[in-house]
Amino acid sequence: MSNVVLATGLVLILIGLWGMLTHRNILRIIIAFSLIGTGTHIVIVAIGYVTNGTAPILDRALTLSEAPSRAVDPIPSALVVTAIVIGLAVTAVMLAYAIRLYESKKTLSIDAFTESKW
Amino acid sequence: MRRTFVVLVVALFGLVFASLVIAHNERQSLRPLAESYVELVPEELGAPNVITGILLTYRAFDTLGEVAVLFMVAAGVGLVLGASDQQSRRSPRKVSGSSSRPSSEIVQSGAQILVPLISIFAAYIIMNGHRSAGGGFQGGAVIASGVLLLVLASTRYRVNLEFLSITESAAGVLFVLTGIAGLIFAGGFLDNRMLPLGQFGAFFSAGAIPILSVLLGVKVGCELSVIIDRFRA
Repeated sequence: MSNVVLATGLVLILIGLWGMLTHRNILRIIIAFSLIGTGTHIVIVAIGYVTNGTAPILDRALTLSEAPSRAVDPIPSALVVTAIVIGLAVTAVMLAYAIRLYESKKTLSIDAFTESKW
Repeated sequence: MRRTFVVLVVALFGLVFASLVIAHNERQSLRPLAESYVELVPEELGAPNVITGILLTYRAFDTLGEVAVLFMVAAGVGLVLGASDQQSRRSPRKVSGSSSRPSSEIVQSGAQILVPLISIFAAYIIMNGHRSAGGGFQGGAVIASGVLLLVLASTRYRVNLEFLSITESAAGVLFVLTGIAGLIFAGGFLDNRMLPLGQFGAFFSAGAIPILSVLLGVKVGCELSVIIDRFRA
């Protein structure tokens, strides 16, 4: 079961990688970057899955005594919450730079920005 | 040439990933660290939601650092998009004139109905972080989505940046002060046991976790709203 989720996340990473390498528009590159990030989150969550596990929230459906045997790993979930917030922050900074780059050259094509090319 | 290179790179990564998927076998039981977290969070911290317990007590220092990162991004986006903003971005819009046409009737009416509901939902998510799925980060993001809807619905709507920055700073200071209170009255920085744990699963329970959750939600909501406002053309 978690194999499917793992494969989905890894395929998303591949799509993002492909998009990043083939597209020349900065906005598309940012979208591809976000896809890689999302794929990574899915992979992390998939790794934390335990067979027949459920969310590690104790209530009527999951009592304290059976929690260690039936809950999924809470650490990847906690880390992914962190990673999503940082991903949003990175995307915001990238978009801000994209706006600035557009202002300087009036285009979003990465071919126009040759100053830092070696 | 270029295209074949890209195909080659993606195919090689695909091979690596495929071997990862094939070699992956699902865990049948928790790792020792995860098991101790699942046992300790309800017993020591009195929080039914293990993930919130980890985020707001065991790894609360990490959460504090993350809020600092968000603050830095809000400031950084302001730095990148600010300053010469007025001349370069505002002036071409005045020439074209029609670029800021009002949003449609549907968006405006929808915003009027949805924004109160979104606010209530955000408060619910933030306040129930220790009992069920939810927490400060998620609730803060929901608050910011309400602000985004307002910005989209009305071109005249101005986010009150001064109010947001004061609220955000106050929430941050209170968060750190709560942490220091944990240092004095309980076991360490941001220890939630400075307040009574209360009845397990009750609304006011799990010590300081609900307080930290509210402060975190307010802070994240303010920061994301500021970031959204910075991107307004």
